[in-house]
Amino acid sequence: MAGAVGWQFRRPSVLPGFGVTLGITLTWLSLIVLVPLAALAVKASGLGWSGFWSVATDSRVLAAFRVSFGLSLAAAAVNAVFGLLVAWVLVRYRFPGKRLVDALIDLPFALPTAVAGIALTSLYAPNGWIGAPLMEWFGLRVAFSPIGIAVALIFVGLPFVVRTVEPVLQEMPPEEEEAAACLGASRIQTVWHVVLPSIFPALMTGFALAFARGVGEYGSVIFIAGNMPGLTEIVPLLIVIKLEQFDYAGAAAVGVLMLLASFALLLVLNLLQSWMRARHVR
Amino acid sequence: MLFRSRFLVLAAGLAVFGFAAARAAGSDTLLNVSYDPTRELYVEFNKSFADEWKKASGGNTVTVRQSHGGSGKQARSVIDGLDADVVTLALAYDIDAIADAGLLSKDWQKRLPDNSSPYTSTIVFLVRKGNPKNIKDWDDLVKPGVQVITPNPKTSGGARWNYLAAWAYALEKNGGSEDKAKEFTAALFRNVPVLDSGARGSTITFTQRQLGDVLLAWENEAFLSVQELGADKLEIVVPSLSILAEPPVAVVDQVVDRKGTRKLAEAYLQFLYTREGQEIAAKNFYRPRNPEVAKAYASRFPDVRLVTIDGAFGGWRTAQAKHFADGGVFDQITQGKK
Repeated sequence: MAGAVGWQFRRPSVLPGFGVTLGITLTWLSLIVLVPLAALAVKASGLGWSGFWSVATDSRVLAAFRVSFGLSLAAAAVNAVFGLLVAWVLVRYRFPGKRLVDALIDLPFALPTAVAGIALTSLYAPNGWIGAPLMEWFGLRVAFSPIGIAVALIFVGLPFVVRTVEPVLQEMPPEEEEAAACLGASRIQTVWHVVLPSIFPALMTGFALAFARGVGEYGSVIFIAGNMPGLTEIVPLLIVIKLEQFDYAGAAAVGVLMLLASFALLLVLNLLQSWMRARHVR
Repeated sequence: MLFRSRFLVLAAGLAVFGFAAARAAGSDTLLNVSYDPTRELYVEFNKSFADEWKKASGGNTVTVRQSHGGSGKQARSVIDGLDADVVTLALAYDIDAIADAGLLSKDWQKRLPDNSSPYTSTIVFLVRKGNPKNIKDWDDLVKPGVQVITPNPKTSGGARWNYLAAWAYALEKNGGSEDKAKEFTAALFRNVPVLDSGARGSTITFTQRQLGDVLLAWENEAFLSVQELGADKLEIVVPSLSILAEPPVAVVDQVVDRKGTRKLAEAYLQFLYTREGQEIAAKNFYRPRNPEVAKAYASRFPDVRLVTIDGAFGGWRTAQAKHFADGGVFDQITQGKK
């Protein structure tokens, strides 16, 4: 905010260690993130521009992108609503077993995704505990359909929203809501005009994280999806398929496409978030 | 302090002793990179081989480490630098890919007898007890209302055998008409509700999720399923015609020459062809090549007419390019499906 005029690479500071830590940070980031991503692009460049374009416009690839991105957005939206609810309950109320519930939230982080996938599949399969009644009463097929993919993505994305919204809610004094109530606001007005604006940036961050996780998710989805081409085939599976044919360049091309699409979407979400922040935080 | 220095001396002593012991007895290690369903087979085989090697070499112990996974994925690991002394994979195409990367010579398949496949298998049907849909042969799989479970040929080596077996049957039945064979295979895959990414996944879908009426499976996997889940739940149906699945084995030249394990690796693979090796294969439900052993286990493996990949499809490279490459026949028949 200080303006670009007086900008220097290294401003004098009393805080220790800037040079060393920045050096380590950049090296570390390069090794772990930048170099692998660059290698991906290099592999993909083996195809040439026309080869890359034919991968990008292949109808099956496009269908997979629709499945992966569409269902990830849907799952992230569901997580935004219910994750907010969970965070609200955990921060604002006290009830027996609260710590247990709190610990449960992180479970999807720790569990191997394949285990989650297999567990969800056996529950939601047409003969599973939940799948069978759903099938019988509503004719709803969950496992081996797009709904199943969404269920898996909701599962793996849940902690992101809860854990990003929670600290912000904690910082917000309950008095603000009480003040709103004293001034005659209805409960819905309180939520809409007082609570939501302050936590919206955090909610968006959680949404974006859950979405990004969903797009890249492979392990849990692969079991529940059914993997029918054009219908329930996700982008990461296409990459695996290409690798199975020793088509490294093609696999890398799909990877690069995915990276570009995710990056664009996250950028949009970030812009939206900072716009909201500018509007509400004075 | 005293405790600490004593501990150090002890540790150093142990280390020196360990080195000396390893040198004196001449211990050797091999890494066998294989595919999923051979785990049980090689656990048993490695034990026998180690005993044999100890006798033949005058007391040398050999440790064989195993790595299992999807066949294509295993081949990629070897290409990317996993130090496999020997590879024992599901199809020749995967070892061809390793040869293409320059790790072994391209004529690897001629080096050992029987196309370098010491044991074989075939594709059979696994149905539920009593065979409620009365499935006898390939024709029954394309009937409306029959659900067929098979993994995705694009991700599973085993599933490629399934697909090719169906294709070979249709081709023969229709007097060699490729169009008819394509129609038949397309109809079969229209009856597939779930394409798992690997063979074990499909087996779980069929046996645990109770999905589908028939599972296309390797014979050895079908036997294992019946053994694990009980003969009161599942039955094996052998079709009139199937394909000879030849899982090949090979020494990885570059690795063994660098590590100096060529002799050991070659002995390991040759042991697969001995009477003892063949018996172990047969016990693990793989069809032995040795005629005497085959005769001894004849009751286990029913006679079935088998076509070969070389005879019916002109080898793996041709089959792969035509059927499973992007835009190939498999893509064409699944593309129109919604």
